Amino acid sequence: MDSVANIILYFVVAICMTVFSVMAVTSRRILRAATYLLFVLISTSVIYFQLGYEFLGAVQIAVYAGGIMVLFVFAILLTRKPGDMSAPLESHRRALGISISVAGCVLLLLALFYMPLLNGVSLIEAINSGNRITMHDIGVAFTGTSRFQYLLPFEAVSVLLLACIIGGVVVARKR
Amino acid sequence: MDITLPILILALPFTMFLILGIGGVKMSRKLAGVLGICGNGALLAMAYTVAFTYFFSGNPEFIADGIRQQVQLFDVTWLAFTERMVVNIGFLLDPISAMMLIVITTISFMVHLYSWGYMEHEPGFQRYYAFLSLFTFSMLGLVVATNIFQMYIFWELVGVSSYLLIGFFYKLPSAVSASKKAFIVTRFADLFMLIGILVLSYFVAQTPADGPLGGASAFNFLMLNSESSNVLASTIGATFLGGSVLTWAMILIFVGGMGKSAMMPLHIWLPDAMEGPTPVSALIHAATMVVAGVYLVARFFPLYLIVPDSLTFITVVGAITAFYAAVVACCQIDIKRILAFSTISQIAFMMVSLGVARPELHDGLGYMASMFHLFTHAMFKALLFLGAGALIHAVHSNNYTEMGGMRKYMPITHWTFLIGCLAIAGIFPLSGFWSKDEMLSAMYANNWIWGAWMTMVAGLTAFYMFRMYFRVFWWEENPHYKEHRPHDAPWQMSLPLIFLAIVSIFSGFIPFGEFVTWNREPYHIHIEMQVAVTSIVVALIAIAFAGWLYLKKNDKPARMKAALPGLWTAANRRFYWDEIYMFVTHKIIFNGICKAIAWFDRHIIDGTMDALAAMTQFFSVRIKGMQNGSVQTYVLWYFFGAVLLAVITWICLL
Amino acid sequence: MDLSMLWYLVPSVIMFAAGVYGFVTRKNMIALLISLELMLNSADLNFVVFNRFLFPGSMEGMVFTLFAIAIAAAETAIAIAIIVNIYRAVGNTDINSVKKMKY
Repeated sequence: MDSVANIILYFVVAICMTVFSVMAVTSRRILRAATYLLFVLISTSVIYFQLGYEFLGAVQIAVYAGGIMVLFVFAILLTRKPGDMSAPLESHRRALGISISVAGCVLLLLALFYMPLLNGVSLIEAINSGNRITMHDIGVAFTGTSRFQYLLPFEAVSVLLLACIIGGVVVARKR
Repeated sequence: MDITLPILILALPFTMFLILGIGGVKMSRKLAGVLGICGNGALLAMAYTVAFTYFFSGNPEFIADGIRQQVQLFDVTWLAFTERMVVNIGFLLDPISAMMLIVITTISFMVHLYSWGYMEHEPGFQRYYAFLSLFTFSMLGLVVATNIFQMYIFWELVGVSSYLLIGFFYKLPSAVSASKKAFIVTRFADLFMLIGILVLSYFVAQTPADGPLGGASAFNFLMLNSESSNVLASTIGATFLGGSVLTWAMILIFVGGMGKSAMMPLHIWLPDAMEGPTPVSALIHAATMVVAGVYLVARFFPLYLIVPDSLTFITVVGAITAFYAAVVACCQIDIKRILAFSTISQIAFMMVSLGVARPELHDGLGYMASMFHLFTHAMFKALLFLGAGALIHAVHSNNYTEMGGMRKYMPITHWTFLIGCLAIAGIFPLSGFWSKDEMLSAMYANNWIWGAWMTMVAGLTAFYMFRMYFRVFWWEENPHYKEHRPHDAPWQMSLPLIFLAIVSIFSGFIPFGEFVTWNREPYHIHIEMQVAVTSIVVALIAIAFAGWLYLKKNDKPARMKAALPGLWTAANRRFYWDEIYMFVTHKIIFNGICKAIAWFDRHIIDGTMDALAAMTQFFSVRIKGMQNGSVQTYVLWYFFGAVLLAVITWICLL
Repeated sequence: MDLSMLWYLVPSVIMFAAGVYGFVTRKNMIALLISLELMLNSADLNFVVFNRFLFPGSMEGMVFTLFAIAIAAAETAIAIAIIVNIYRAVGNTDINSVKKMKY
């Protein structure tokens, strides 16, 4: 039996997420769309916290909501025409977009509701049945080489990030 | 017997072919000629050694109780289709193959020596000697074959050599056409032969391996010909259109022989094959390749005896061909064509002689006589061809109207040619008389009709040969000789002529029956007086008639021609056989059948492919709008695809 | 009323659908990127939810999401660099002005 606080928290966060994500894609001003995206990302991070993954939630805020959103804002500001502060965002192919997104949504929801793989485990039970994931566990997992340990992907991602840094600089430099 | 010599007999000419063919461009003419002749001389010595060992050594391996044995000196598996149908390569030594060894190598050596003089100034000298070696190799492989498939392989090789040699003057369009014609006609006949071989071996291979046919290859001659083989029993169940399978198989095999030996209606290639150099005509189209068909029938003779209907077929074909060729030869102007038709006629003689042979009629005399005539004919026909070559070399023309009164200018050629003509006419005591007499005896023994018919043909033979002789060497001197005096041939050309003339005179006295008979037991030849006298009288009458017409220049031949112009023209044009073939191929096959097939190919088969391609192009143009450069469209399509996959998965999971 | 797996997955689905709508409809390249981030975020959330409810004892889903976040960051950086470059070249950030790679 989940506590009432959990349920209320869930509802608030879920409603935030859905409403802000819809507004992010329908807003007429790009900076507002970026802001709504920020709220969506923060909501997601709250869900991560609620599910018991503290580290992941922290990373979500720090990297996604913090780093990436700053990147977006800079990009928006860099690609604006001067004196064009409120050029509205236009959309085309709205009918097509609505139809396919609604169709996709309906299909996925149908799949969800009829999928036999989902079990009815409640959140409290799930959190209680699993062991608490500490930073120590995460650290060991990221620097180990045996099964279920992620040293190689860790190093690979670091190489990838290096490549992206260099690539970004090369692509965007002024000739 | 040690197998070194037999292997060398096959390997040496092939090696000479490779050396002269590949290295010929670098060699001088003299070197190529010397190599060719020495190689062939060594081959001659080896073949004579093998043959004489076979005939005279008295070795019990070769002759037991007076019966000559058939010995397989080696027989190695080359290609195995199934357990029974195995193609071997081997060396079979028996009376007819030993005899053919002697014939082939002798004539080949004479031709090699002669060509040194004849082809002196021709380009491609080395290539010529290479092809001669190839031909010798193929022919030797053919006669010593242990099984029918090996014989077929070398049969085709002989055809190839013939093609290469007829088309030797490849810049001449007529030579190129002639070589193609020869190859295509013989190849067409070989199709039937292959069908016959396959039919025969199929039925033979059906019999169990431990039955009377033993476990030997279904193609092997010794196995097929042996009395215990009981081939008839294995094929007796099957019939086709009223004739037994064995009859059909043997007749089909004979059709292959018809092509190679130029029997009617597959004779059309031989007169055209005279486009090749004259020594080639002597070797291939007189003495050796064209007798391959006769040799084939002789090889299979025990099988042919089982089904006498096939022998009747052979007799009829041979008789008609002999008469036809003799009539046509009477009206030809080109001396090589006369000799070509004479060859056709003489080979038909040999076929008829084989066809009438039966064990009960003088112990299979026809077989022995046919082989005897093969031997003597090879010698004197080669002599005649080489003599014709000397004449052509002197006047640079094939046409006998350019010649006349040659006896004063070319004595050696004159006397040897006369000996050849007397031999072919069958005058005592030259070799032709003895062999022709035996053949006629065999024919009379079978049925007097064959005897009478072939005696008439023999008379025609004497007539046209002496027509040519008198016209060339007597008649009247050609006025052109004042500017360009014809002279006798150089020694390389005269020596073979003299040798062959000596052989033609004396080879009749060989007691051939001691060596070659159908059941390999010795047979003592005796002359039947009435047959001999009849044939000599007929020949002398024909020679006298020819002399009366052609000895001195007169207008009697011209008046005879003017009296029957249609007949003369028809005979000159070989009774329009070439025109018939052209009509059938062009009008019926090309225009009728091939045009329809070509239309089908172009419009339906190609049309289907073109339609498929056009359809692909149409659709691709229509859907290329899918790639309009906009990322959003791509994602749309991607999403559609993913949704589709999900729906399909869902349906499958239901 | 227990909070089961389904409850967490529904907002994720709606977020994904919104992302698809935005991607197909928007003309500004940055707005496109924003929709892309929405879709990525939805997938990350899915992984975590599955991890928590189906395999409580292990942490593969969380680790995958961690890596996905890192990679999303790298990818966004490069995408923005490209967009900046395009803006310098064509003068605007309209997606319809970069349609050269077609048939």
